[in-house]
Amino acid sequence: MKFAVISFPGSNCDYDMYYAIKDILKEPVEMVSCDTESLDGFDAVLIPGGFSYGDYLRSGAIAKFAKVMPALIKFANLGKPVLGVCNGFQILTEVGLLPGSLQNNRDMQFISEYEPLIVQNNKTIFTNEYEKAESIMIPIAHGEGNYYCNETELESLKQNHQIIFTYENNPNGSVSNIAGITNKNGNVMGMMPHPERAVEKILGSEDGVRLFTSILKSFKGGILVE
Amino acid sequence: MYLAKIFVTHKKSILDPQGEAIKNALHRLDYEAVENVSQGKYFETTLNCDSEDKAKQITDSICDSLLANPNMETYRFEIEKVGD
Repeated sequence: MKFAVISFPGSNCDYDMYYAIKDILKEPVEMVSCDTESLDGFDAVLIPGGFSYGDYLRSGAIAKFAKVMPALIKFANLGKPVLGVCNGFQILTEVGLLPGSLQNNRDMQFISEYEPLIVQNNKTIFTNEYEKAESIMIPIAHGEGNYYCNETELESLKQNHQIIFTYENNPNGSVSNIAGITNKNGNVMGMMPHPERAVEKILGSEDGVRLFTSILKSFKGGILVE
Repeated sequence: MYLAKIFVTHKKSILDPQGEAIKNALHRLDYEAVENVSQGKYFETTLNCDSEDKAKQITDSICDSLLANPNMETYRFEIEKVGD
């Protein structure tokens, strides 16, 4: 299974993502510039955290117009897995691949902590290796991770089981404690916590590993969306 | 040439953490009269086009596509003629 990590000017978790695939999942992975115009040949695309284009204007707002975006939208519309973490989540909402948006944390502080998350939906290509309602430890590191969507969108997220991870102790003010969601089709996921930073004991948690093994398992089982 | 003055603000229905933080600071400075603070963004763009209608149309489109996030923000703008 071949992974692409899209690197933007200002991405700073791109190599964490790269090594999580290369050294832990042990699958082929390529660092791809955001100026690339094709994602042909890849089976999954990972959008890493950081501060793309300095987060000028709004997080993810400028990245929306990167050259790779038409290819990314095409890739997502084919039903292939796309995972956006942190700034990657913010970018996916700006592009419109995921509903809602991320705004400043409730208490206006950048938070860098391990946070317990609850797996709300384990029937996705990203979470099938977790137990439902399992509590996992994944670090967050963001100043703008306060998820917001209006009530109609929230209702629709709930109805379609698109809320995948929630915070146990909502650190940032997110609506309904939301930490991660998918699109309706279930093949695009965005989350603020960093699974790629929780893949080795020495990092403090290995709970992120199963997110990547879930993607691999779904791919090998020929399941795009359960 | 036209000058567009664009104001992007947080939708009133959504908690504005920046505005709240500023309000709390003002209260600490004893500005008890301050009831609410909303922080927004201000842009000036000069537009090389030949009618005010065209300038309005471009500005609307700029705001919708980039300057404002319709989920959380609203915008308004003023257009004035500048130069010759």
